[in-house]
Amino acid sequence: MNLMRFKGLPILKQLHIEEQLLRTSSENWCIINDGTNDPTIVMGVSGKPAELLEIESVLRDQVPVIRRFTGGGTVIVDPGTIFVTFICNKEAVPDLQPYPRPIMSWSSSLYSKVFQGIGDFHLRENDYVFGNHKFGGNAQSITKTKWIHHTSFLWDFDVRNMAYLKLPKRAPAYRSARGHLDFICRLKDYMSRSTFIDKTVEAARTQFLLRSFELGTIENCSETEFRPSTRFLTNEELEAAAVAGQ
Amino acid sequence: MALRIWASSTANALKLSCASKPHLSLSRCFSTVLDGLKYAESHEWVKHEGSVATIGITDHAQDHLGEVVFVELPEPGGSVSKGKGFGAVESVKATSDVNSPISGEIIEVNTKLSEAPGLINKSPYEDGWMIKVKPSSPTELESLMGSKEYTKFCEEEDASH
Repeated sequence: MNLMRFKGLPILKQLHIEEQLLRTSSENWCIINDGTNDPTIVMGVSGKPAELLEIESVLRDQVPVIRRFTGGGTVIVDPGTIFVTFICNKEAVPDLQPYPRPIMSWSSSLYSKVFQGIGDFHLRENDYVFGNHKFGGNAQSITKTKWIHHTSFLWDFDVRNMAYLKLPKRAPAYRSARGHLDFICRLKDYMSRSTFIDKTVEAARTQFLLRSFELGTIENCSETEFRPSTRFLTNEELEAAAVAGQ
Repeated sequence: MALRIWASSTANALKLSCASKPHLSLSRCFSTVLDGLKYAESHEWVKHEGSVATIGITDHAQDHLGEVVFVELPEPGGSVSKGKGFGAVESVKATSDVNSPISGEIIEVNTKLSEAPGLINKSPYEDGWMIKVKPSSPTELESLMGSKEYTKFCEEEDASH
């Protein structure tokens, strides 16, 4: 498995790399991005802006909005977010069926090693929680031959940013209609950034032979003209969505 | 008639269903597999009737994916190629590619799926159909699995994991 580590890489760039690797690479990858410099809203592939965002505030404050290629919900990411992604061939994990629930279960067993003895960590529905407070959100995309599972960890977050997000209509049962601040918690209350990243790499090493990879190597070797679907939504699209209520 | 009613209620209890024409095959994993359809290893089905082939995902696939919340479909008039993706379904936190078992021209898409994506879960072989295609190479159907072969394929896949 190739390991790529970044710090502060723009989230759009990270998602473009991930989408390209999922679609064009035959190798296995682990990508860790320690924070992303600019606060950005990231919606899942079918996200409807009017349902998920306070569009007026988003437009007023010019917060960038991305629609990503994986499923799942909406997050607002910033320098306090740590991203960990696994992109695997279907044979990479022995005896793992390439469907959402088995992949989610496999990922939680990996992170159980990271958080052993720390907090009351577990996978609750599709979220990583301490107790019943979410600190990690997951999303996946599954192709004929590969899958990607990526997670955004709330090492820290700015309370003010949560105001851009509405309470989602589709929410896990354990959320019990709690507002953002009663629902989520900070990983920094449990572990330092470097400890978390080191332990995650260590946990990955128990299953894969990791080798470090530089981004430049991928870009130089790329022979395919790949166009990612992940993109920013324009102001016009957000305004139209607000008018149409979608 | 009485025998058919008994068979139908038993089938319901066992999570099996009968299409109006095809016979049903039993699957040890209790996913429905219908006779008369052809199946791809990536868990899509094809129903070939005259010059039209209808395509969707199987009961095994929808069961493993979970509740479908969004379906991405192509436009009519486009084309599909055997083994290549033509759309995707979103379930829970995942998007999953849907691949066409055959090549051809898309003549119709199931627009009901945009408002009711759950039809794929409730009725994967009927109301949950995804696209209708005019096959460009009808011989491609011969390389697909029949119901017995697909049933065995699913059992082996589930047993090996």
